[in-house]
Amino acid sequence: MTMKLLTTNTSSGAASSSFTSKIDNTYKLYIFKFYDVNPATDNSFFTFQANVVDASGYNETITSTFFSAYHDEADGNTDLQYEAARDQAEATGFQYLTNGVGNGADESCAGELYLFNPSNTTYVKHFYSRASEYYSGDYIIDNYAAGYINATGAVDDIQFKFSSGNMDGVIKMYGVG
Amino acid sequence: MPLGAFKAALMGTAGVATETVVLLHDTDYSGASTASITSGIDSTYGHYIFKFYNINPSGDGETFKFQVNATDTADYNDVPITSAVWVAYHTPNNSFAAVTYQGAADQAQATTFQALPDGFSSDADHHGSGTLHLFNPSSTTYAKHFYSKWQYSASWNESVSTQHIAGYLNTTTAIDDIQFKFGSGTFDGTIKMWGVK
Repeated sequence: MTMKLLTTNTSSGAASSSFTSKIDNTYKLYIFKFYDVNPATDNSFFTFQANVVDASGYNETITSTFFSAYHDEADGNTDLQYEAARDQAEATGFQYLTNGVGNGADESCAGELYLFNPSNTTYVKHFYSRASEYYSGDYIIDNYAAGYINATGAVDDIQFKFSSGNMDGVIKMYGVG
Repeated sequence: MPLGAFKAALMGTAGVATETVVLLHDTDYSGASTASITSGIDSTYGHYIFKFYNINPSGDGETFKFQVNATDTADYNDVPITSAVWVAYHTPNNSFAAVTYQGAADQAQATTFQALPDGFSSDADHHGSGTLHLFNPSSTTYAKHFYSKWQYSASWNESVSTQHIAGYLNTTTAIDDIQFKFGSGTFDGTIKMWGVK
């Protein structure tokens, strides 16, 4: 068993980054690694959603938690906090992976999203992520999202996008047997 | 699947270049003052993973740290780091337990060594183990993101502590060296580095 690189999406000025093949019963764990992900619009939130087989629109039902730790470059603000504005309760919106990423030339976010056994047709699908971001207000924010896609249908598509505007960046999908 | 097999699946095996994850550095340190990795960090990989096993300092209460060199610098003292740190801890006597922001371990545009777990216990059977992720250090456009998670025995009340560190190396110059050390004294332990294609 190995961790296998399945797909690399390199985006430049793209509205979204979608993975619409190779998510199947070959692997029990899919890991998405993303870096140099930079929004065109300042203070935009990096998000993801899913489709089950034969569905479209990236609007599956998600229940999730979200918390973060932050610190600003001016050394004036720090905290570890739950963020109710970033979680979902049986909602079909795109799930936040970050807070508002800056669109400065050197600003971006990077992290990983783990998705467990998306092809299962019995259970909901669990995920968790960690993402470091260069927040638009010149903070480091260490973001943690976790939850489940509340569907028993197999998930076969994943899409990433910012809450507003286009994106640059690299997203890679790996399968782990 | 046994834990060891799962780890090997994810991280490869020493000396074996797997298809996706390649072991680049594997050193056992004994009485070392520093651990420097000065090769293998380049544009070949977009993601580097460091694993730390059985890190044990000579001095009680010391903090394990890291810094980097950009390609045009030396001495591990030029790259500003902004970071956030939080910890969950519990003491064996059951007197203290909490989850809290760890302001003593963060940095705000400082060029000093970034604390990984702080306040290690140096007892003979105490140590720390953890992981550091570094994203696309060869970028010449963006600041470089990192995050880390540690499980260790702290000197304060011998608490079991889980520390989470994240931040960015605030330079647009490529990073090619990284050094680890304690605030003072020497250490034992194993450090490995992988590149992820």
